Amino acid sequence: MNRPAGPAGGSAPRQLAVYVHWPYCTAICPYCDFNVYRARGADSTSLLQAILTDLAGWRSITGARPVSSIFFGGGTPSLMAPSEVAAVIEAVDRLFGLEAGAEISLEANPSDAEAARFAGLRAAGVERLSLGIQALDDASLRALGRFHSADEAVRAARLARSLFPRLSVDLIYARHRQTRDDWRAELGAALALEPDHISPYQLTIEAGTAYERAVRRGVIVPADDDLGADLYLITQDVLEAAGFEAYEVSNHAQGAAARSVHNIAYWTSQDWIGVGPGAHGRLGAGAGRLATTAALRPVDYIAGVAATGTGTAEREVLDEDGARDEFWLMGLRFADGADPALAPGAPLAATALATARDAGLVWTRPGRVGLTPAGRLLANRVIADLLLAEAGASLPG
Amino acid sequence: MTPRQSIRNFSIVAHIDHGKSTLSDRLIQLTGGLADREMKEQVLDNMDIERERGITIKAQTVRLTHVRDGQTYVLNLIDTPGHVDFAYEVSRSLAACEGALLVVDASQGVEAQTLANVYQAIDADLEIVPVLNKIDLPAAEPDRIKAQIEEVIGIDASQAVMISAKTGLGIPDVLDAIIDRLPAPKDGDPDAPLKALLMDAYYDAYLGVVVLVRIKDGVLRKGMKVRMMATGATYGVDRVGVFKPKITEIDALGPGEIGFLTASIKEVGDAAVGDTITEDRRQTASALPGFKPAQPVVFCGLFPVDAANFEDLRAAMGKLRLNDASFSFEMETSAALGFGFRCGFLGLLHLEIIQERLAREFNLDLIATAPSVVYEIKLRGGEVVELHNPVDMPDVMQIAEIHEPWIKATILTPDEYLGGIIKLCQDRRGNQQELTYVGSRAMMVYELPLNEVVFDFYDRLKSISKGYASFDYVMVDRREGDLVKMQILVNDEPVDALSMLVHRNRAESRGRVMCEKLKELIPQHMFKIPIQAAIGGRIIARETISALRKDVTAKCYGGDATRKRKLLDKQKEGKKRMRQFGKVEIPQEAFIAALKMDEN
Repeated sequence: MNRPAGPAGGSAPRQLAVYVHWPYCTAICPYCDFNVYRARGADSTSLLQAILTDLAGWRSITGARPVSSIFFGGGTPSLMAPSEVAAVIEAVDRLFGLEAGAEISLEANPSDAEAARFAGLRAAGVERLSLGIQALDDASLRALGRFHSADEAVRAARLARSLFPRLSVDLIYARHRQTRDDWRAELGAALALEPDHISPYQLTIEAGTAYERAVRRGVIVPADDDLGADLYLITQDVLEAAGFEAYEVSNHAQGAAARSVHNIAYWTSQDWIGVGPGAHGRLGAGAGRLATTAALRPVDYIAGVAATGTGTAEREVLDEDGARDEFWLMGLRFADGADPALAPGAPLAATALATARDAGLVWTRPGRVGLTPAGRLLANRVIADLLLAEAGASLPG
Repeated sequence: MTPRQSIRNFSIVAHIDHGKSTLSDRLIQLTGGLADREMKEQVLDNMDIERERGITIKAQTVRLTHVRDGQTYVLNLIDTPGHVDFAYEVSRSLAACEGALLVVDASQGVEAQTLANVYQAIDADLEIVPVLNKIDLPAAEPDRIKAQIEEVIGIDASQAVMISAKTGLGIPDVLDAIIDRLPAPKDGDPDAPLKALLMDAYYDAYLGVVVLVRIKDGVLRKGMKVRMMATGATYGVDRVGVFKPKITEIDALGPGEIGFLTASIKEVGDAAVGDTITEDRRQTASALPGFKPAQPVVFCGLFPVDAANFEDLRAAMGKLRLNDASFSFEMETSAALGFGFRCGFLGLLHLEIIQERLAREFNLDLIATAPSVVYEIKLRGGEVVELHNPVDMPDVMQIAEIHEPWIKATILTPDEYLGGIIKLCQDRRGNQQELTYVGSRAMMVYELPLNEVVFDFYDRLKSISKGYASFDYVMVDRREGDLVKMQILVNDEPVDALSMLVHRNRAESRGRVMCEKLKELIPQHMFKIPIQAAIGGRIIARETISALRKDVTAKCYGGDATRKRKLLDKQKEGKKRMRQFGKVEIPQEAFIAALKMDEN
């Protein structure tokens, strides 16, 4: 098996981020298009075993690497028993070596039942809880198919705040009939829960979801372009005024220490491995960067690991263009911007870059290119324009 | 050589699907031209496109040998193109005949296209024998159709031959009628200098350029050095022969005979349809009348969708031109579409055929701009220029008059669609010349400016009449028109590929529809895009595409990298189909779609 290239110069091994996908949910939310399955009757023991074996398989590929972060995502990883979470953290440390102060995040639902596990999860080693509050009024929560109430969410957040060093909350905006004022008030209520990190996501109608069918039937009217833009701008204003920095399109942190180390690994094209059904991984830089996807269905993942020692179902070796595209697609969403010197392949077309800069969508400074707040609102278009432009001479400086 | 009295030269006039090809096939079969196992349908239509569409683009000739009462007759069937686009080629083919079979479907009756062609045959002094086909079908009404032929065309139909080309019923009667009712070639002196009509020419992969000829005087022999009187070129004749329909070489063709010659002619363009062929050493005193060089009447720009295919397009056009001298092209540069060609065609069908052949035979993905007619512009200085491309229109201050081509259109339709069709013709500046009824069918004759017809008139007519109306036209003349150049400005810049000449009274509605269409067709950009229609500096219609305010995916984490990369790959493909115009990207479909008028 090819060992992916390390960083240029072959200095210290690259850091590694580890993503753990726990695909089970109590119920499937009507807007969700993630790789999720009903938890009832699911065989969590087999899945945990498969994840642990898969981790060992990865170790034989990457060797020992300092792990900077572990992220338990889903699905609903707060349905994992604290002992299961502890087993995964212990395995990562044993196989790869956890850095001192490594970030260990876990996504949780703010229901009373799950809040009862928070203390155990903290004891297992989770130091950052990402709480899926989504909305702070009961009617919206019901419409989103959530089982918790607004009161439960507040209780869960308070408990989490007291238990975990770092707390992030997820919110969903541009909900059915949500006004600008509603959203402003809701953001204020979320801030009152004293998180150090907030991820507000605009509701997106994804293909194949119950929401998509509802939109087609006219039951849900999605926010138009104007309202969506206004709600986004309100988000920026309110959170900035509260001392939260928008360090990515949908991520706001109260100071640098509150930023998600794990997600920054994605946006800066570092190495990460994914274990659990459907998890993605990336190893190596530039041409030859390895892109992996684990088997999607839990049953296939478990069987795959049992048969081969790895959960990886698809492997793709990116060519220089592919690695270049991902570098910029991910990197330009990050507020710190991206370092062109680290970018694989041809430099961004100078004329396209200059055009975007003159339009106030992109900033450049030595060793860095990023999107302005205006550019971030149009990130898909701006980044595509930069990458689709005919390659020209690179911008000096 | 065949004695003149035993020769009959005839063509078949018919509407599409009325059975011309089937009847030809039957005649070939019955006279033993091909064994049954060699027969395939539409023997004479060689090109795929001819077979599929049931049309004839290139003339073909076939010599049928028929023995009756001990006497051997040579019957030359000339299969002519049926469409008005090839009216000149048709006229030259008819000039090679003495008679014509008028084939009419015994249930459907006379159609517009039949009329135009039969009048042409009558004008060429041909003897016409009506043939009613498909009389075996239950819907056949031979008496009604006979009456219709007499009423509409004005020829005696009492002796019409009743056949079913499909079953073979009545085919021997057709042979009898050809021999008994069509005249033999009238004159022709075998000892006179060679005088032969060049009926048509086509390129054959094995034989090179094949020239179809009708001998008027003298004898055409293998080895003879011939001269094309209009072009002045001389060639040594390599082969002389006839099609039976299999190619058969013979030594000589005499007066009244029809056959082919090959000489080392490089391009079909060197064999001009209608030219007179004579012997170089002993030339005939006067050329045959009626020669006209090919005149394109409709022009449009053809551009490769992927700019990288420009050279392929050039090569493909060169190859098509080898076989079709009436198609012309010259390089054109469009700010909107890049490098391409301005192409001239004999008409709309011709344009469609060429486009289709480029796409099909050469696998090219093309953008076609709006078809335009040829305008004659009289400048104030007295000079007259021809305008093939609205982009090249001289400054209005220099223009004294603009003349546009007019056509006479014949439309036949079931009367229930009459109202809609009249409205369509009126909207298109038509003048009604005639409106008559033939049973429950109405026949309208309209004079119309060709520029109102070139784009989507036929599509509209078909949709209004649910496909039942038939339409044909002949060019009439050029008339002065109050025409203005309308430009479309996207983001304040004129898009050359969308400019057009339009009648002043129609400009505003046309401009408004185009702006509305473009608003739908051009995707939102990060800035506001004004779309305007303008005449000179005056804006006559305006729409605005609002600026895109938000376009950003909410979530982007590890699992989204692949998804985003694949989406970008799709966008890379899509970008090839977009045309950058200033800061605005216009999808290529827009260039044609914007011109379609929905006049509901």
